[in-house]
Amino acid sequence: MSKELVGSAMVVGGGITGMQTALDLADAGYYVYLVEKKPSIGGVMAQLDKTFPTNDCAM
Amino acid sequence: MTLSEVTSISGEAGNFEVEVLKKPRYVDMNKCIACGACVEKCPKKVDNDYNAGLNKRKAIYVEYDQAVPLKFAIDAENCIKLTKGKCGLCEKTCPTGAINYDDKPETVKLNVGSVVLAPGFKAFDPSVFDTYQYTKFPNVVTALEFERLLSASGPTLGHLVKQSKDHEEPKKVAFFQCIGSRDINRCDNGYCSSVCCMYAIKEAVIAKEHSGGDLDCAIFYMDMRTHGKDFERYYEKAKDDGVRFVRSRVHTINPVPETNDLEVRYVDDQGKIQTEVFNMIVLSVGLEIDGSTIELAKTLNIELTPGNFAQTGTFTPVQTSRKGIVASGAFLGPRDIPQSMVDASAAAGVAGEGLAPVRGTMLKEVQTTPERDVFGEAPRIGVFVCHCGINIGGVVDVPSVAEYAKTLPFVEYTADNMFSCSQDTQDKMTQIIKEQNLNRIVVAACTPKTHEPLFQETLMAAGLNKYMFEMVNIRNQDSWVHKESPEKATEKAMDLVRMGVAKVALQNPLAEAQLQVGQTAMIVGGGLSGMAAAETLALQGYETHIIEKSDRLGGNALKLYKTPKGEVIGDKVAELVESINSNDKIKVHLNTTIENVDGFVGNFKARLKENGEEAFLDHGIAVMATGGKAYTPDEYMYGNDPRVLTTLEMDEKMKSDDSLVKDADCAVFIQCVGSREPERPYCSRVCCTHSVDNALELKRRKPDMNVFILYRDIRTYGEKEYLYKEARDAGVIFVRYDLENKPKVSVDNGNLKIVVKDHVLNRDLEIEPDVISLATAIVPNTVNDLAQFYKLPMNDDGFFIEAHAKLGPSEFATDGVFLAGIAHYPKPIEEAIAQGKAAASRAITLLARKEIFTSGQVAKVDPVLCSSCGICVNVCPYSAPSFKTEGPFAGKAEINPVLCKGCGLCVASCRSGAIHHNGFDNDQIFSQIFAVNA
Repeated sequence: MSKELVGSAMVVGGGITGMQTALDLADAGYYVYLVEKKPSIGGVMAQLDKTFPTNDCAM
Repeated sequence: MTLSEVTSISGEAGNFEVEVLKKPRYVDMNKCIACGACVEKCPKKVDNDYNAGLNKRKAIYVEYDQAVPLKFAIDAENCIKLTKGKCGLCEKTCPTGAINYDDKPETVKLNVGSVVLAPGFKAFDPSVFDTYQYTKFPNVVTALEFERLLSASGPTLGHLVKQSKDHEEPKKVAFFQCIGSRDINRCDNGYCSSVCCMYAIKEAVIAKEHSGGDLDCAIFYMDMRTHGKDFERYYEKAKDDGVRFVRSRVHTINPVPETNDLEVRYVDDQGKIQTEVFNMIVLSVGLEIDGSTIELAKTLNIELTPGNFAQTGTFTPVQTSRKGIVASGAFLGPRDIPQSMVDASAAAGVAGEGLAPVRGTMLKEVQTTPERDVFGEAPRIGVFVCHCGINIGGVVDVPSVAEYAKTLPFVEYTADNMFSCSQDTQDKMTQIIKEQNLNRIVVAACTPKTHEPLFQETLMAAGLNKYMFEMVNIRNQDSWVHKESPEKATEKAMDLVRMGVAKVALQNPLAEAQLQVGQTAMIVGGGLSGMAAAETLALQGYETHIIEKSDRLGGNALKLYKTPKGEVIGDKVAELVESINSNDKIKVHLNTTIENVDGFVGNFKARLKENGEEAFLDHGIAVMATGGKAYTPDEYMYGNDPRVLTTLEMDEKMKSDDSLVKDADCAVFIQCVGSREPERPYCSRVCCTHSVDNALELKRRKPDMNVFILYRDIRTYGEKEYLYKEARDAGVIFVRYDLENKPKVSVDNGNLKIVVKDHVLNRDLEIEPDVISLATAIVPNTVNDLAQFYKLPMNDDGFFIEAHAKLGPSEFATDGVFLAGIAHYPKPIEEAIAQGKAAASRAITLLARKEIFTSGQVAKVDPVLCSSCGICVNVCPYSAPSFKTEGPFAGKAEINPVLCKGCGLCVASCRSGAIHHNGFDNDQIFSQIFAVNA
């Protein structure tokens, strides 16, 4: 590797996937930049009512 | 970083330079307290995207009440001030001066080691279809709109009504599947969107629940694809609950004159034209990649699939074509929540693989304040009452509650705040606690579920033990439910505060058990998912042991021929095994079984039997990758005729180009052998794709061979759908059969014969195949002993039950134990590998902490009172109590604070009153009860 390693990561997209990736990376000891184009994170899952098979509230 | 987009990435894996464009919010995040005053004044109404355009929001907005960050933003395209230079009402209204119309876009350059792309999907827009007249008839809605109509936070507060002007409740609702999916005539999405069948069933079930059961829901579909864990059961239950399933693609919708109803015309199973009238039609729209994501991929030089998803390899399921950039979620293909969560963790695991040497170098040490010893001090209680904007303050007379609290015993200080959770209020509270020398705090505000940790941090910042705190919920339990009677609500708030004060006065500082996490990982199972987990753990620097009961690594993959993408599985497995064997962080234990496991998270100890010899292995975490096997059929003459094979046997024959396959002129694949049956009511997920792929291979080898696939529903989900189409184009003949009318296999004059009823011709079809391949179910390996050692639950089918069906697919509720591969549910190679990496990633989040603190709110035994009856030992679901074996109190019970979850079962069951619950002790609870009537 020509350049020095950087101990951070960028996650593009703040839906459930992006949030979980960011959490895992941060908990593993890496600094994370989470980039979201909307004013708030949450993505499509925040729009869902309930989730199967347990009919839990999605929020 | 919100309102931000990546514009370019340069550099290479380990050290990228990323340019991010931060768009203006026009609201200062540090000043905005989300009080909502601006929204009331804003005159501009805009379609509300969050509610799928079903209602309006203002030009200054938050997407929804629970949004993170909970800060307003101005929609520059619609704001009157920003577009026309007039208005400015929000600026005048804002109590904190947060509005800034001069906010400018800004480009930031960041250095990062890895990049993860999780841009998600957008719902297909059905406006392009004139057939379904989505834009013309208000009662034709998309599934996302229907979702919002069912939601309690939606525009109708969960009350299902028609979208025509009458707004009556519908009596009959139809769902049309595959809108914008599996369709190359009218849109370009040839793939299956994977999730629509299940969400349609869910919406139908919930709609029926909301409407009290007499609502008629009919789902019009081509193949019902319920291939996820527990989905088939949900499908069967929906049928029992009266949801109708009609196999047909509807071709015409006509309005019924003088009404808002819609007449649906379709061709039924028997080829007859049917018509039926519905009040509402829900279009089950598919998932597709947004144009902006395709642009981003081009900018970043990432290859895409024909469906515009990220191109990845079967054995490198989250790795994009550019090194150092990984993908996750729906960008990898249309998928549901659990699969997205698996990808998410897998992507994190892979993104960290190359960065282990610099782990922790970018983190900042959190400043901690030394804890003040309050032993011997009389209680000095501070009470903070929160307005929560108008949430509480609009109903409860908050200043009076704060004033009242002053009169309570030991209360030295009270205050009321607009938003107690805002950063400036937190700082103020810290200062007050120090200045007033307070030693116990009550916050009367919202729910401890979301906000207790925040206030506990404030206590710690002020040098107090975090348990010297009581949160009183005067929002959810008071102002929200007693909106109609503000006076009584205020009285109740006073009662609740009095109870909180009484309890906290008796609170003592609690210590949290600290425990070291052993930095060694143990993986049970040396198949693909186990090896994938080991690879990620080892590359991230952790010593990893693979326990494999057989004499070689590879598992079921050793029996497979090739992937649908054409990769030869044997070669790929050999590469992976080689990389595992050559990694000095990984130790492989072949011919090894686990005889016993003791201990708990961070400190497990396994007794192994390795090549017949006893050995011990200490490990901090464990991954269950115990896999599964093919069901052995006793139907379709299997075992009675050598020409009847299982799928795995077929793979072997194809690998070796056996004459049974080479000389065959007719081959038949029978699907769902042992799956989706009453005794095994689940779909084995991989068999449709596998058979279709093998059928195609036969056609490639011998184009004039007659190849039949007898199926119930073809479940080639995602981009696997292309294979299904390719097979049809190649002349593979698909014949559907029902569970009640299964194909019959016999031998006639030495020839195999299959009779199956063709539903199109409505008559029996006779086939004389030279070889039959049975798509046998996948059953989990029997691992009852392991389940017992680690206390892991299993479902009725023998698969492990994960921590959460949606959000925790790769871990168990038992701390420190993780889950991957077929042991969770049948899955193809790419998903098994992704889950292996996901389990590793989840494990690393624990290993990286090195030490963990458990809650201070645990049960504790007073050994003097303990009568050694053993009830606590029996009643505890977490095995926390045990009998002391040595010392002055040998024979008395003790509770391991690490294992205790603070549920209180033992406290309630102890007949001697010897068990106390720290933080919820009897005297505290009684003091609250007495305070109610005080």
